[in-house]
Amino acid sequence: MSAIDLENQEKFQQLQKVIDEWKDKEGPLMPVLHSAQEIFGCLSLDVQKYISKELDIPVSDIYGVATFYSQFTLKPKGKYRIGVCMGTACYVKGAQAILDELKKVLDLEVGETSDDGLFTLDATRCLGACGLAPIMMINDDVYGRLKPEDVKGIIDKYRDK
Amino acid sequence: MDMIKVKIDGIEVEVPAGTTALEAARKANIDIPTLCYLKDINEIGACRMCLVEVEGARNLQASCVFPVADGMSIKTNTPKVRAARKLSLELILSNHDRKCLTCVRSQDCELQDLSKRLGVDDIRFDGERHDKPVDSFSPSIVRDPNKCILCRRCVSVCRNVQGIGVIGATERGFATMVEPVFNMSINDVPCINCGQCIIACPVGALREKDDIEKVWDALNNSNLHVVVQTAPAVRVALGEEFGMEMGTRVTGKMAAALRRLGFDRVFDTDFAADLTIMEEGHELLGRLQGGGKLPMITSCSPGWIKYCEHYYPEFLDNLSTCKSPHEMMGAIIKSYYAEKNGWDPANVFVVSIMPCTAKKFEAQRPELSAVGHPDVDVVLTTRELARMIKEAGMDLATLPDEEFDPALGDSTGAGVIFGATGGVMEAALRTVHEIVTGEPMENLEVHAVRGIEGVKEAEIQLGDLTLRAAIAHGTANAKALLEQVKSGEKEYHFIEIMGCPGGCVTGGGQPIVKAKTYMEMDPKVVRAKAIYDEDRDLPIRKSHENPSVIKLYDEYLGEPNSEKAHDLLHTHYTRRSVY
Repeated sequence: MSAIDLENQEKFQQLQKVIDEWKDKEGPLMPVLHSAQEIFGCLSLDVQKYISKELDIPVSDIYGVATFYSQFTLKPKGKYRIGVCMGTACYVKGAQAILDELKKVLDLEVGETSDDGLFTLDATRCLGACGLAPIMMINDDVYGRLKPEDVKGIIDKYRDK
Repeated sequence: MDMIKVKIDGIEVEVPAGTTALEAARKANIDIPTLCYLKDINEIGACRMCLVEVEGARNLQASCVFPVADGMSIKTNTPKVRAARKLSLELILSNHDRKCLTCVRSQDCELQDLSKRLGVDDIRFDGERHDKPVDSFSPSIVRDPNKCILCRRCVSVCRNVQGIGVIGATERGFATMVEPVFNMSINDVPCINCGQCIIACPVGALREKDDIEKVWDALNNSNLHVVVQTAPAVRVALGEEFGMEMGTRVTGKMAAALRRLGFDRVFDTDFAADLTIMEEGHELLGRLQGGGKLPMITSCSPGWIKYCEHYYPEFLDNLSTCKSPHEMMGAIIKSYYAEKNGWDPANVFVVSIMPCTAKKFEAQRPELSAVGHPDVDVVLTTRELARMIKEAGMDLATLPDEEFDPALGDSTGAGVIFGATGGVMEAALRTVHEIVTGEPMENLEVHAVRGIEGVKEAEIQLGDLTLRAAIAHGTANAKALLEQVKSGEKEYHFIEIMGCPGGCVTGGGQPIVKAKTYMEMDPKVVRAKAIYDEDRDLPIRKSHENPSVIKLYDEYLGEPNSEKAHDLLHTHYTRRSVY
């Protein structure tokens, strides 16, 4: 077995553990999907098929949930996931200009991942830190009261990490 | 059951506790408009067409999911109600692809009906549209996402009634779609082509692949012998397309219409159903006596066959190897009948009129071409035949009653009942009983196998053997039955499975029944009654007594399950994956 297959097998074993834990509880799909995304980085068809079989939920239901919530992704995301809040407060405080600046600096459209696999750019719904508007998150780091001219410096920090 | 009293628009009605406001209103002869509602199948209160005012309640309520309480007063026709319903409808219309003129469901569309009924005389809102490509890759089902109104009726029937779930709602907000996963075509997901989604769709978002032009072309080609056959269930439903009451039998008028359309021979698939009973009955006896794989499961329903191939491949060896009746018919037409008439099979074009969309896929299976040409060239649904008859300017109701053509048009009551759930089982029993015991059954009508219960069981004495039989219709019921067989909880000798709930009478190719009609009658019951009436009226009611079938064996096939019969009338199956 190749190294990739082996790694994949280990991931499915991990997923099986999560499924076993949730299988007989009510509403197992969301927690299983969360874990699956953590384990695999995204919810591919193979992953959804596996969950479908184990939980006896049609793939179409799982896909429906996976595409409904923006925190789930069907394709692998970059190492750094940038989420620009487009909630009402941030929007009013100029989130669009932040997003436009990010697009320019990263040369990416919303939803795309950079070729080097470092950055994924997303526009998100309200992140719940309206007092700091406009904000963006890079993985778990929050950047508030942003101005477009802050963007490049922040991105460079991650590039050099 | 506790009865409660409610007032609907001032009219007092008594209804069982738990009744919805929608149903209670019908008792008061008030027809509340609905769109996403489909009785027992999709009751989700999503479309807001059925809003009513409930005295004392702050907001309008969706009557299809609102249970009434004792003493309640409900108003269904107030300015507030009318305005809210109309606004919801206008919003649905705002991003609907409003190409009614070219839509197959024009004049048979619940959305169009509602627009007229609620007085929509202008498109006030013009919403953003997606303009997505139409998915026409499947030989059976065409999906036009631009016409979808997101009512979820198809999703519910596929997921809950059929236990499959290959379509679902994806994304959210304006991007919401009802579609297969990962932008796949309906042709690339484990869909069984049953078409139950089509007959659940209130609009033209789901429809059969239209093959009418191919048939006109064939009829117009003087080099071809164009032969048509009609399935049992078509004759008890075709009349509905011409305004006749559900359950009207139009066998003779249908034969007349087909002849006038220009078909060279008008045959009856019932003949081949009798032939199926000869082959399948002997196959069952062979398996019972020779230790073959049991339970044997019927193979007439191509929806069920594809379901088995995808979801229960471990049962493929249990399937009867018999082709479905219309495929047997095609093989016989292109061999025996062509030889008798001195026709080159290459110039014989067989058209099957079926209550079924899955048969369109089936006809394309490469293994179903016994003499080097497809056994069946084109499958049309009951609906497509109705469209051809209308295009030709005929009104079915005014046509004379004519007969099928001789030989392959001869059939028995056993052949007819194939159209209802339990029918193949009953027809087989009539013949197998006589072969085993030498005596006809005391009562030809086996009521234990009739009716619309999801899974039926029967025990029939065949000499020393007590034959244990089971019947399931609709693939969710089939799944439940197969799981019991798999676990060893149940043991049977013979199982009949039909892909569609109710069997062929309510197949995916049958006339579309409006949601409102389902509240008054069950087509599964009404059309099946017509099938059983047809059986009762026929002089011969047992397959092995069909004189043309006897002659076919004498002149051509030899014995049932002979080598020649195997070459022409039997098939094999393909293991398929799930995605």
